[in-house]
Amino acid sequence: MSTRALEWIIERLLFLCAALSVLTTAGIILVLAVETFEFLREVSVVEFLTGTEWTPLFANQRFGVLPLVAGTMLVSAIAMLVALPMGLLAAIYLSEYCPSGVRRVVKPVLEILAGVPTVVYGYFALTFVTPVLQQFLPTLSGFNALSPGLVMGLMILPLVSSLSEDAMRAVPRGLREGSYALGATRMQTALRVVVPGAFSGITAAFILAVSRAVGETMIVAIAAGQQPRLTANPFVPVETMTAYIVQVSLGDTPQGTIEYRTIFAVGMLLFLMTFGLNLISTWLREKFREEYA
Amino acid sequence: MRKYADLLFQFVSMLTLVVALAALATLVYDILADGAGRLSWTFLTTFPSRNADQAGVYHALMGSIWVIGLTAALALPVGVAAAIYLEEYGTRSRVARFIELNIANLAAVPSIIYGLLGLGLFVRLMGMGQSVMAGASTLALLALPVVILSTREALRTVPSTIREGSYALGATKWQTIWHQVLPMALPGVLTGLILALSRAIGETAPLITIGALTYIPFAPDSIWSKFTVLPIQVFNWVSRPQVEFHTNAAAAILVLLALLLSMNAVAIIVRDRYQRQGRA
Repeated sequence: MSTRALEWIIERLLFLCAALSVLTTAGIILVLAVETFEFLREVSVVEFLTGTEWTPLFANQRFGVLPLVAGTMLVSAIAMLVALPMGLLAAIYLSEYCPSGVRRVVKPVLEILAGVPTVVYGYFALTFVTPVLQQFLPTLSGFNALSPGLVMGLMILPLVSSLSEDAMRAVPRGLREGSYALGATRMQTALRVVVPGAFSGITAAFILAVSRAVGETMIVAIAAGQQPRLTANPFVPVETMTAYIVQVSLGDTPQGTIEYRTIFAVGMLLFLMTFGLNLISTWLREKFREEYA
Repeated sequence: MRKYADLLFQFVSMLTLVVALAALATLVYDILADGAGRLSWTFLTTFPSRNADQAGVYHALMGSIWVIGLTAALALPVGVAAAIYLEEYGTRSRVARFIELNIANLAAVPSIIYGLLGLGLFVRLMGMGQSVMAGASTLALLALPVVILSTREALRTVPSTIREGSYALGATKWQTIWHQVLPMALPGVLTGLILALSRAIGETAPLITIGALTYIPFAPDSIWSKFTVLPIQVFNWVSRPQVEFHTNAAAAILVLLALLLSMNAVAIIVRDRYQRQGRA
């Protein structure tokens, strides 16, 4: 075989491997869409999206997904209350105040925090954080939204701080120096020059953090409970979309039944939510890159 | 006044870091306190049991090793090939740009969605069943974006003069990549692979979704065996009400973390040697 032909074949093969990622996306959408379509032949879209009762595993089946969405939102909101402010402050400290020696030590440790398997955080939430919280909040039940929310916030904090810090470091030095020259303190410079200057980058980090929280599975599957409930009360057991998928996967639901299809319908909703958030985040980051290009 | 505000702000922002690091320390301490006493050679070499004090993690440990080994074998060639295409061939083409955007988005898709893909595609459609192969294929898809991104970074560190020197000697593009660029980028590629695998080894949700068993009394002996992995065993034990099983879960977490740490140590050693070579 001639060298030229071989080179051509190799390039095609490499291209196929790269294209596999597009096939993966297509595969995800197809698998979810086929089963969701079958599901929606038996349950109307309106009932699925607006129903307030979710009981597919009971004799009296109801397919309103709102309780699962509410559970997901509640836990994610608690996680964001921890991860966003703390992550942003940590990023400001690392980017504006921190001596580089400290930074070299702290950054890898934060990466460890992000690399701990989520099942470990679930164990921590259930067997440590919940009992500790119960000392102060006697009404807190053993499974609840608060404890996994807090722990999830801790898990996502490094993502927020590291992406926000990258964005702040990309703000040109000259802007900071101009601010100092006008007599501003470091806090004033950080809050009125650097953070606004890195705004779209920081927003991208925040949105990615929300997407992570919405898709996080094991912490909530272990510590939040398995009771779909339309509530904003963080003290009672709830069930998230991801935890429901785990719950059904653990049982032996036969393929082809409507119970089996519910996990794909819920998965489709989860995919659309996170994919939408990811697209917005990517778009914002691109925009941010252009601002200082 | 402004000065005090600045100091206070610095203190508060530093405090958030201290709180985060203290939480990490608490987590590690809590798990050590719960599980260290349960760790023993017997725990590593016995099978699960209904009695908490006789149960071990041998099957799950072997399952994890099988799955991660196969995941590496699948993700490395495909990921490296994809990265080579995007970095060396397809740069600036519209198709390559689209693929890049797609990879960035895939990297942020929740892992449980990959589990549903694995269930629909590998377990059902391709008939792999709940085998090591199905699990590893699912995890390989999950690890691919990370492998591709880190390989591209490693390829980018190879100076263009190396490529030009090779072309000047009459080598073709592929010969240049295979004989010059890849060997130089290899340590970076391997570091990225190990980091991707250390994330995959802790994954629980996608494997539960494809139906990896939570109770299985044997270790896999081929890629078509049924299996379970350490994180699933942890989940199984922590989901039980009895405290003795929680102790087992903590001990199994320690085994998992030890596995993770040793993988990261290998990655650091590889990177370190690479950097020293670069300077020499």
